[in-house]
Amino acid sequence: MASIRNRASTLAALLVLLGLTFWGAISPAVADPLDDALAGFTTDKYDDTEKAIQGVVATAAPTGKAIFEALAAGRLVFDPESKSVLIKDAAGKLTLAKTGEAAPADLASRPLKTVRANNRIRRAVEAASGAFELQDPNPRKRIDAARAVFKSRDPAALKAIETALATEKDAAAKEALQQARAAIILGKADAPEADRVAAADLVADVGDQDALAALRSLPPGSPQTVKDAADAGIASIERWLSVANAFQDVTFGVALGSVLLLAAIGLAITFGVMGVINMAHGEMVMIGAYTTFLTQRLIHSYLPAIDGASLIIAIPAAFVVAGAVGVLIERTVIRFLYGRPLETLLATWGVSLILQQAVRTMFGPTNQAVSTPEWLQGSVSLMGVSLNWNRVAIVLFALGVFFALLLLLKRTSLGLKVRAVTQNRRMAASMGIRTPWVDAMTFGLGSGVAGIAGVALSQIDNVSPNLGQSYIIDSFLVVVFGGVGNLWGTLVGAMTIGVANKLLEPWAGAVLGKIILLVAIILFIQKKPRGLFALKGRFVDA
Amino acid sequence: MSRYRFLDTAGLIFLAVVLAMAVLIPASNLLLPPDNPLHVPDYLVPLLGKYLAFAMLALALDLVWGYCGILSLGHGAFFALGGYAMGMYLMRQIGPRGVYGNPILPDFMVFLNYKDLPWFWLGFDHFWFAAVMVIAVPGLLAFGFGWLAFRSRVTGVYLSIITQALTFALMLAFFRNDMGFGGNNGLTDFKDILGFPVQAQGTRAALFALTALALCGAYLISRWVVTSKLGKVVVAVRDAESRTRFIGYRVENYKLVVFTLSAMLAGVAGALYVPQVGIINPSEFAPANSIEAVIWVAVGGRGTLVGAALGAFLVNAGKTWFTGVLPEFWLFALGALFVLTTLLMPKGIVGAVSDLLGLRRKSELPSAPPAAPAPPPAAAPAE
Repeated sequence: MASIRNRASTLAALLVLLGLTFWGAISPAVADPLDDALAGFTTDKYDDTEKAIQGVVATAAPTGKAIFEALAAGRLVFDPESKSVLIKDAAGKLTLAKTGEAAPADLASRPLKTVRANNRIRRAVEAASGAFELQDPNPRKRIDAARAVFKSRDPAALKAIETALATEKDAAAKEALQQARAAIILGKADAPEADRVAAADLVADVGDQDALAALRSLPPGSPQTVKDAADAGIASIERWLSVANAFQDVTFGVALGSVLLLAAIGLAITFGVMGVINMAHGEMVMIGAYTTFLTQRLIHSYLPAIDGASLIIAIPAAFVVAGAVGVLIERTVIRFLYGRPLETLLATWGVSLILQQAVRTMFGPTNQAVSTPEWLQGSVSLMGVSLNWNRVAIVLFALGVFFALLLLLKRTSLGLKVRAVTQNRRMAASMGIRTPWVDAMTFGLGSGVAGIAGVALSQIDNVSPNLGQSYIIDSFLVVVFGGVGNLWGTLVGAMTIGVANKLLEPWAGAVLGKIILLVAIILFIQKKPRGLFALKGRFVDA
Repeated sequence: MSRYRFLDTAGLIFLAVVLAMAVLIPASNLLLPPDNPLHVPDYLVPLLGKYLAFAMLALALDLVWGYCGILSLGHGAFFALGGYAMGMYLMRQIGPRGVYGNPILPDFMVFLNYKDLPWFWLGFDHFWFAAVMVIAVPGLLAFGFGWLAFRSRVTGVYLSIITQALTFALMLAFFRNDMGFGGNNGLTDFKDILGFPVQAQGTRAALFALTALALCGAYLISRWVVTSKLGKVVVAVRDAESRTRFIGYRVENYKLVVFTLSAMLAGVAGALYVPQVGIINPSEFAPANSIEAVIWVAVGGRGTLVGAALGAFLVNAGKTWFTGVLPEFWLFALGALFVLTTLLMPKGIVGAVSDLLGLRRKSELPSAPPAAPAPPPAAAPAE
């Protein structure tokens, strides 16, 4: 319905436009076309007002921009008797709409009426003022204006576009203008067929949703060649958009993969070294998130000047708190259970229940509000896909943590000992490495990294006592899928699972996608029981 | 070692106690007047019946974990599948008495605009069919899963994690409305079982007695398995899997038999559980439930069968008491139970008591691996 009405008014406007240009061309001396156009504002009828707007555009009046601004703001007034149209500025001063000169005093004293505007008029004004911005000295603005015309496809703007094109020097602006012109010509039933076909190709090259809309709204009765060209354009744009969608899914998948990486990487270290699945790992993440919450609260109360940096300060704080809890658990529970991985699993599950309930008792079962600093708000657009800054930050942060850990394991003395114990615990012990100390440090490190993950997750998830539980199974699967004791395996595992999850979601739905993924991982583990990148250690499988 | 005795002292005591419960509790509930001090109140009968169903699940879990060394963190899935099979039968028995009064479709299907009964609901109006499914569905799932997992030698914590992933995946699946199992509301509002009203006290007492008898049956079957030659090989697999394989046993087949049998027992336990609590929903698949079942076994005594049942009974009684009196402290208590049992009482209550009494005779089975002879040195770090 809307499009039909649109088209009808477009057609009417077109006729008026043609009439006006015709009139103006043959009898410049009889009447100024701008006078005619402005007269439309004084009849107090919406149809006439709309025609007047298009008339003003067609004459490219120097005061046009001011007229439209005034009309949009309800400050365009007229004198019903003399039929003069005046612009009232914000301060109430009156100028003549035709010339921009100050209004004669006698006019100002008369009872003036405001030119009324409804939504249709406002839309027309918007499109029309776009035409005037085409003459803006700033090329950036000119491009924006051309894009606006491309979107509105208002035939009234055609003349303005062509005027602008004739003088345009800037290449990018020229291209935008040509695209806008093509969009109008494409929908212009009386334009030459060959021009419209060429226009369809040009519009298709733009390749976004607006171009798709332009190609889809051909006026009825368009020639077959134009229709074919438009259909080809639609097909090519849809192809491109599906690529862009896939790209979007992949970026979302990478963001999810980074979250999984953060959650799983600490687990990969403790599991790799001690062969122990720490069921309380998720609770370390939760503790990190609560540390973030507390840090923010403390800084907000005592040092409000550095509010923006509280998230940065929370990172070492979360590492220390979660790491300390980890060492405590290792010293009091886990060290008594070495060589009994299944019992460790049960004991750490018990620890996780206690930690959850402890946090619930202290902070209550409800979600705690962790604020996002300003520098993480907003989004960035990449290849037509908009990405939230906090997701981008998590990807970068996860990779940062990953490479820091990699360096730690490859370049430090602790890392050397950790790797030695991972590969062959008995041999390492024989060489004089204090394996219990390495165990405690590794466990503290893994827990600390989980705490850091909690800082990141506090930005995208609810900080509640159950935060850890929702990540623990995914984290396990990442570690087992990637291969134990191999950080690269964890990276690949996390990214694979994250991207696969997001790619499955559009056609299988979130829950079914997750189920498919779980089943796929279960089957994968049958095939490669030691994961994607199995560590080649000198141990015998039990 | 000579042949194990089929029934030892602990087993005889266990059977005697459960059978006595099967007779005395329904009798006291139905026959004694409510003001008699020995009268078992109405609410207690299904509650105790629930514990007995849990005890049966613990028994099944002990069979795989205690005797075969497979720590399944997904036994709740088999329990819930058995429960769903029974729940489907009970749903079909409602007939036109539902809120919407549809004679064929259960209420939730009418609500979700189903036109016909989905194919996998066919047959569930017959009790015998549901009873077969109670055993067959968990059994087939366990068989398929175990066939894949044991053949590719997925062991230890890896196996534990994928069993957990299995039950997690099933939970997500059953939460979906379009799976045709009632979505997150599950199946409830049951009316009749075999023509008897589910809510009636007589039916409840009968269900209790039946559960107790089934527990005895499950104990006898498990005991028969672990004292047979098969059971000996299974224990060998638990203590030294590689060694057993090198001797020439097809380890994966032994594991598969025990795992499948255990899943079937868990399914029956679930089927007995559902009519007594009156509802089955996807949260029964929650991984936390399966892990909780493991702690029942650990508390009672892994590898003792009797201990597993005892542990289930005690932990659940504790849970009921705590959640009534000190609800915040239940998770602390449960967590502490996990930690302290694994640290201080690796053999559980039964193991500790028999150690204390010096009752460990040759005729008894060795319990958990720590008590077994030291494993070969190379096996320790990698397991």
